[in-house]
Amino acid sequence: MSGWLWTLLALAGLAALAFAGRAGARLATGGAPRFRDMGFGEAFGWALAGAAVAGGVWLWLLPGAVYFRWAVTGFALCAVAAFLFRILGRHVGPEPTKRLFRQMPLTAAFGILAILVYAIVAIFAGWIAPHGQEAVLGAANIVPGGDPAMGGNPDFPLGTDRIGRDILSRLIYGAQNTVGLAFATTLLAFVLGGSLGLLAAVVGGWLDQVLSRGVDVLMAIPSLIFALLLLTIASVWAEGARGLLTFYMVLIIAVIDSTRVFRLARAVGIGIVVMDYVEAAKLRGEGMGHLVFREILPNATAPLLAEFGLRFCFVFLTIASLSFLGVGIQPPLADWGTMVRDLAQFINFAAFAPMVALAPLLPALAIAILTVGVNFVVDWMLHRSSGLKS
Amino acid sequence: MGSLLRIILQRLALGLLTLLIVSAVIFGAVNLLPGDFAQAVLGQSATPEAVAAIRTQLGLDQPLLLRYADWLWDAARGDLGVSFAQANFASFTGRVDPSATVAAQIAPRFANTMFLAGVTAVFAVPLAVGLGILAALWRDTPFDKGANIATLSSISSPEFFVAYILILLLAVVNPVFPSLSSIFPGMSFGERLEKTVLPALTLTLVVTAHMMRMTRAAILNLMAQPYIEMARLKGMRPLHVILRHALPNALAPIVNVVALNLAYLVTGVVVVEVVFVYPGIGQLFVDSVKLRDIPVVQACCLIFAAAYILLNLTADILSIVSNPRLRHPK
Repeated sequence: MSGWLWTLLALAGLAALAFAGRAGARLATGGAPRFRDMGFGEAFGWALAGAAVAGGVWLWLLPGAVYFRWAVTGFALCAVAAFLFRILGRHVGPEPTKRLFRQMPLTAAFGILAILVYAIVAIFAGWIAPHGQEAVLGAANIVPGGDPAMGGNPDFPLGTDRIGRDILSRLIYGAQNTVGLAFATTLLAFVLGGSLGLLAAVVGGWLDQVLSRGVDVLMAIPSLIFALLLLTIASVWAEGARGLLTFYMVLIIAVIDSTRVFRLARAVGIGIVVMDYVEAAKLRGEGMGHLVFREILPNATAPLLAEFGLRFCFVFLTIASLSFLGVGIQPPLADWGTMVRDLAQFINFAAFAPMVALAPLLPALAIAILTVGVNFVVDWMLHRSSGLKS
Repeated sequence: MGSLLRIILQRLALGLLTLLIVSAVIFGAVNLLPGDFAQAVLGQSATPEAVAAIRTQLGLDQPLLLRYADWLWDAARGDLGVSFAQANFASFTGRVDPSATVAAQIAPRFANTMFLAGVTAVFAVPLAVGLGILAALWRDTPFDKGANIATLSSISSPEFFVAYILILLLAVVNPVFPSLSSIFPGMSFGERLEKTVLPALTLTLVVTAHMMRMTRAAILNLMAQPYIEMARLKGMRPLHVILRHALPNALAPIVNVVALNLAYLVTGVVVVEVVFVYPGIGQLFVDSVKLRDIPVVQACCLIFAAAYILLNLTADILSIVSNPRLRHPK
């Protein structure tokens, strides 16, 4: 209960500070309009911001708050990297991208940078990684950080797991497996849902009804739950063949997510079908393929592209969650969700060596940074295309 | 009023129909399995008695439609069958223990999950709506931009990332709360609450971000309306404009958002329960998926889907009730 009391006291203190600060500023400036017309809400906001900054400085100076210092440093490094990347983009490259970079907010620059880095790591994983993803190297449970005094080993900068696989190499291969599979799944979902959705929009009638009602039913079951149900059945089908189970997982998630794509593609398609140029193409006697892929699809790319980013995030998080639960991507492949689950118990030793907690948190962080990055980019794209100002 | 009642009854009937179809999908999906279902699930090493027990239990010799009707009728009466593990066991002892049916297994865990979701909702809903209003009030200030980045990051992070960070900070480095939610029957409310804090906090962080963004968007959507401008021009204070004019009109979307996010809780609960070893229905579900215990998987799936549909239905009905324009459709 004392927690509540302290919160209330702190709020009251902040309110008093805001009131006194505003009154003081009015006195000191002789009633300058800036302070004379300031509402109490704004003053309170300033007091809150000041308290937050003071609290942050206090935490930074606290010797025990290692993770806070790491988080702030990491955040600052990300911001600086994004800033430098934006400057680079403004001065290098063809004119259209330069113009694009000039209007870009920092968050979007960070997102693009993150996507580029992940793509490079994923494609060249085999060259970058110091060890193989399945290689058992003999030295198990090495602490991250490479400091021998703390139980580390400079040969394995991020340590090794319980059976002695290099965590850094597995992280790098994880980019290839987790991101690659998520990308393939999303692509499949788009091919399936997009083409069916546009087809339903063009043909209409009973086909539209059948497809739409089917999608309605599939969407009434929460996707993670449905995926788990189908994976149970797939695991009986696969009869323990792990590669096959991973393949089934991709198919299952693609089908489940294609329902969401179908909805959007159909809605966008219906808006385009009534346009005059589609009418003209129909009158010309063009076939169904021409109508869908040459007339409608090019005009539906912008919303579908934004949806692709969001859908990728969902698929990626679903795959990571399933792997974390132990039913997604199967063991010999390194993947981030499984790594978090396998390394999770290391967290209990964080009180003795702060570095140990890095082992399970880094794969989780890798997942989070990519999804945050993609979300930032999509957010910016939607903002740009809709012209929303608020 | 009569038309309102009719609309609600219509929606209820529609929801019931959806539930019926969904149950058929869940039942049908399991019957996609090739050949002899019991043999396939139990593997080659299963005793013939166990396979026979499951076969009679599920009535695999009956036609598909009859089996579905049976299953549905039993489920409606609260009898969700016997788990495979139990059927295997029963084949040795020769009797089925009434306290070990799927329903008996699920009931206490269902109550635990509801408790977790309830605690989360109590924290998350006021917090999200309040912060959403503040973000709309102070839009384009550093507060709004900071909130935008924070909520977007929280939405994009997997639940287990948030969960492990909370464990690291609040259970390992500063031992304030327990990192494992070991809940037993007969625990006092305070103890239960203490064990539930970390999972509830994790869910709160994820759900609040969603709700807050949607609340902010719902209010900002209204801020461009002429009557808001009128209120502002007559000299009303910004907070009053939002509370008196924008909020009542934004109530329908906000209520909708709250119900949708509670529906989202239904799935979010699975991962969080596994992280904290919380004895809820989500953990049972994942365990049964790994054990391929199909009756339990089916039952859990049905319960999750029912909760999801019910909450979506509630959102639908509440948004009709609170919006006069939807109440009298043209």
